[in-house]
Amino acid sequence: MPCTARDAAAAVRRGADAMAEHRDELVELDRAIGDGDHGENMDRGFRAVVAQLDLADPPTPGAVLKLVATSLISSVGGASGPLFGTAFLRAASSAGEVEELDGATLAASLRAAVEGVVSRGKAEPEDKTMIDALLPAVRAAEERATSGADPAEVLAAAAEAATTGARSTVPLIARKGRASYLGDRSAGHLDPGARSVALLLAAFADVTGVE
Amino acid sequence: MKKIINAPTDVVTDALRGMAAAHPERLRVRFDPAFVARADAPVADKVAVVSGGGSGHEPLHVGFVGSGMLDAAVPGAVFTSPTPDAVRAAVGEVDGGAGTLLVVKNYTGDVLNFETAAELLEAENIGVRTVVVQDDVAVRDSTNTAGRRGVGGTVLLEKIVGAAAARGDDLASCHEIAERVSAGVRSMGMALTAPTVPHVGEPSFELADYEMEVGVGIHAEPGRERVELESADGIVWRLLEPVLDDLPFRRDDEVLLFTNSMGATPQTELYLAHGIAERFLAERGVRVTRRLVGPYITSLEMRGLSFTLLKLDDELRRLWDAPVSTPALTW
Repeated sequence: MPCTARDAAAAVRRGADAMAEHRDELVELDRAIGDGDHGENMDRGFRAVVAQLDLADPPTPGAVLKLVATSLISSVGGASGPLFGTAFLRAASSAGEVEELDGATLAASLRAAVEGVVSRGKAEPEDKTMIDALLPAVRAAEERATSGADPAEVLAAAAEAATTGARSTVPLIARKGRASYLGDRSAGHLDPGARSVALLLAAFADVTGVE
Repeated sequence: MKKIINAPTDVVTDALRGMAAAHPERLRVRFDPAFVARADAPVADKVAVVSGGGSGHEPLHVGFVGSGMLDAAVPGAVFTSPTPDAVRAAVGEVDGGAGTLLVVKNYTGDVLNFETAAELLEAENIGVRTVVVQDDVAVRDSTNTAGRRGVGGTVLLEKIVGAAAARGDDLASCHEIAERVSAGVRSMGMALTAPTVPHVGEPSFELADYEMEVGVGIHAEPGRERVELESADGIVWRLLEPVLDDLPFRRDDEVLLFTNSMGATPQTELYLAHGIAERFLAERGVRVTRRLVGPYITSLEMRGLSFTLLKLDDELRRLWDAPVSTPALTW
């Protein structure tokens, strides 16, 4: 089943629920190696996204993604605002104005998202950032898409790989962002940005899987 | 958590309302997006100097808005960079036609949001230059980290470049002076206690009664090391030694010494430390000719202090001495 604007909006709303439900967990993760604002910022950002979705009725999946991007950029602040905002903005551009996304175009959007984050944040794999969840997710999504999977299957594969990828940040020493100032002391902690990526993709997969 | 607040999420807005009420003749405070501008902005044909960053470091930056310093300051949520649309709105309101210099502290979030704002402004044909302050010598390894943080040097830079803009320097000259300050300024700080971010509700780190964090950042990021508390002599030495090592001050060089409280350090302890620092520098042949002592770049209610040294030349000294009139700094 392809992904329509309605599906995309439902997925984003589920993502907002996930950010609210896990707000305190993300705050705790960030308190360990950052400054403890990540859960609050993501929750505030996705509340703004939902408020905008309530006002507008974006006609295409790309328009939904663009609305998410602009809402996050103007409400989150910190590093997460521009980074998550850029991810959604590039995904929106990749999705273009088509009415529906299939597995392949969805995977292409995810690829555009990770490239956007890399070009803005300059992080590389194993720097202990959101990239460590997003990059394996994109690879898994592309692999599933090549074998003709639909959006639900593509997102499920992405979500699973993101969860594993996020977990892989635990032993890493941070080399980007505020956690990098901890040096060796950043090892042993899950990266909050990577955790957010995994939570969002799991929430998106959850919705598309049900329908 | 014990704080004089209503709702944790309203802290920044509520505090801005208070600033607006306290300084009606000096400041114009905007909400949604939030920024603080000089009441008489835009000043025609003057380069506008605009800064911003997470809240919780007051008086930086909002307390430095006024003639001779900042034209506008853009406060984010506590310890969180402001968003690009807020920076763009502030610049749009205060740019007097001569362009705007953005002063950014080197933190990933600030750099990314101001970079995005600069792109938006350039698309609107507003001339923008950016200086990124990165003076914290506590960060030893700039390659495997996000680089040196922008801390105490930011206060001095905003004052000096504000004076350059006030005397009529163009954007390129303001930018050159800002880069000169940035190249000649170094800082290091320490903490005795952690601050509590209102929407987090718990202290940012745990520190035992007998411990101190050396090289702490202004968001209470851990620093170089956690060691047992020492005498004031020991603390001053631990902070100034790496500052002097990093920027080779030669004998008879002239410097500005800035002794800063992280928020909740009593004046007694601050002056006590400042006195020791002056003696320490005199013994090393470094001439302190200008001073600033007080809470100017803070980390909420953190107890601790930082030292900043700026190498002065005739022009930088004159700009430092030039008149300034802001809520937090006036002469």
